[in-house]
Amino acid sequence: MPRVQLAEVTKYFGDNLVLDQVDLSVAQHEVVCLIGASGSGKSTLLRCINRLVKADYGDIYLDDVPVTDESFGKVGLHKRIGIVFQSYNLFPHLTVLDNLTLAPRKVHGKSKKEAEAQAQEQLDRFGMGRFAKAYPEQLSGGQQQRVAFVRALMNKPDVLLLDEVTAALDPELVGEVLGIIKELKAQGMTMVIVTHEMGFARDVADRVCFLEGGRILEEGNPTDMFNEPQHERTRAFLDRIIEAGRL
Amino acid sequence: MSHTNLPDQGSAGGATRRPPPPPPGRNHDWREALAPSLISLLSLLSIILVFGALAWVITSAEQWPRIKLQFFNVDAMIAAFPRVLQGFWINMRIWLIVLACILILGIALAVIRSLRAPWFAPFRLMVILYIDLFRGLPVLLLVLLFGFGIPALNLPGLPSSSLFWGAVAMVLSYSAYVCEIYRSGIDAVHEGQWAAAKSLGLTEWQTMIYTILPQAVRNVMPAMMNIVVALQKDVALLSIIGVRDAVREAQIYTASTFNYSSLIVAAGLFLLATIPMARLADYITRRDRARRLQIGG
Ligand SMILES: Nc1ncnc2c1ncn2[C@@H]1O[C@H](COP(=O)(O)OP(=O)(O)O)[C@@H](O)[C@H]1O
Ligand SMILES: [Mg+2]
Repeated sequence: MPRVQLAEVTKYFGDNLVLDQVDLSVAQHEVVCLIGASGSGKSTLLRCINRLVKADYGDIYLDDVPVTDESFGKVGLHKRIGIVFQSYNLFPHLTVLDNLTLAPRKVHGKSKKEAEAQAQEQLDRFGMGRFAKAYPEQLSGGQQQRVAFVRALMNKPDVLLLDEVTAALDPELVGEVLGIIKELKAQGMTMVIVTHEMGFARDVADRVCFLEGGRILEEGNPTDMFNEPQHERTRAFLDRIIEAGRL
Repeated sequence: MSHTNLPDQGSAGGATRRPPPPPPGRNHDWREALAPSLISLLSLLSIILVFGALAWVITSAEQWPRIKLQFFNVDAMIAAFPRVLQGFWINMRIWLIVLACILILGIALAVIRSLRAPWFAPFRLMVILYIDLFRGLPVLLLVLLFGFGIPALNLPGLPSSSLFWGAVAMVLSYSAYVCEIYRSGIDAVHEGQWAAAKSLGLTEWQTMIYTILPQAVRNVMPAMMNIVVALQKDVALLSIIGVRDAVREAQIYTASTFNYSSLIVAAGLFLLATIPMARLADYITRRDRARRLQIGG
């Protein structure tokens, strides 16, 4: 049984066809990397899964239940799918601790004490314990992104969506964030990852999907995809990436 | 990108080899050393010269004794002061109450205008109409209309004081502006903040209250300080409907003595209140810009 399944998902922004009948299924514990040129629809696909963007046509299932289903209610879906963004999107007016406890308290009705204890425990786990009282702007990019991971994991989601989480980081900070992802994989987290770090994708992905023009043009295991891409356009894309020195 | 305050590692390792900062004054031309104090001395001198010359020209003018008698008559000022001050006290109280109402009403309108849920549409439209209406009318006209017009209706159950309705007119007029200021602050909050809040399961309303508004209020602090100062002066408009504020009291004194020194007293009181606030506004704006630069760089 697939954990996440997309069937003929289609999305327009105005007249612009951004997702064109996309089928994708992600098994439990599987890590799927989405690659493709900028504007090919990767972020939109990711955001359709947790309904930040509403697909125009097609169906999306979480454990065979449509994500539009009433049974998820307003809150349940967000409890089970976490997302981390390229630009961290921490709340700048709140301390790290308040960033982490906002949703547990206001959405899931936890007490302040309970939420803060849990947040502190998670921060400690990610080596960020001493920054609980800091404001995001006092942290480095890598530290902010780590906090964003902790925030997404606070509800113990079943699926994690990552949208170019290292793209805004200085090169020497990329490693610490990629390390977190590898650790999560080792713990069995189901993940859909949009990335331009091809070396990393090759390392961590169980499957790589190449998107172009809103379609999944080619998919396969990373070794095959990177060594002998079947599709002309996949090859062209990977050549450009190699030229840019990212593989 | 700003990092946490790590100790400067360079100074720990290589401090002994680095030459110490030069003592002040050494290797310096005395002319260079004198330059800063010389410059400030020169500007002080020129200020004294220019303003002195101005004062001399004015006071030596043929009409000066008459001007002094009419506007700067110390006896008249002392006589008028207690009542003008009493009036000014009323100004301050009206100002604070009206200000509180404006800030609250303005923020409520801005929130209604910025929420996107479909069932909010009729309320959004109402706010837009409200803003078009009250931003398009002179405050003075509204004060007259409300302050004289509504009490004249003798509506049962509603206050009939001109002061009350005049203040309502000011709240309604100013709230339209303040709403637009808040709204620009809300729009300036990055779209990613909405996405992050929504992905955590916050409703649109919770997102607004806990994440967007606090940032928006911080964004608009400088602009809001200007409104606060402008309102402090505009409270004097209520004198036209008979509220005995500082201006009104000064006017009453003027009418009975044909001497304008009382208005100068009122002017002095207004300046005493607004100049510190304008400085505070400058300070907040500067601090805000520094903060932005720090985050940006
Ligand atoms: N909110 C939006 N409104 C209008 N167009 C959008 C929006 N989000 C994305 N698009 C458009 O959809 C296309 C795909 O965008 P995106 O999914 O962000 O691609 P990628 O993440 O692969 O770079 C782009 O042409 C982009 O301009
Ligand atoms: Mg993208």
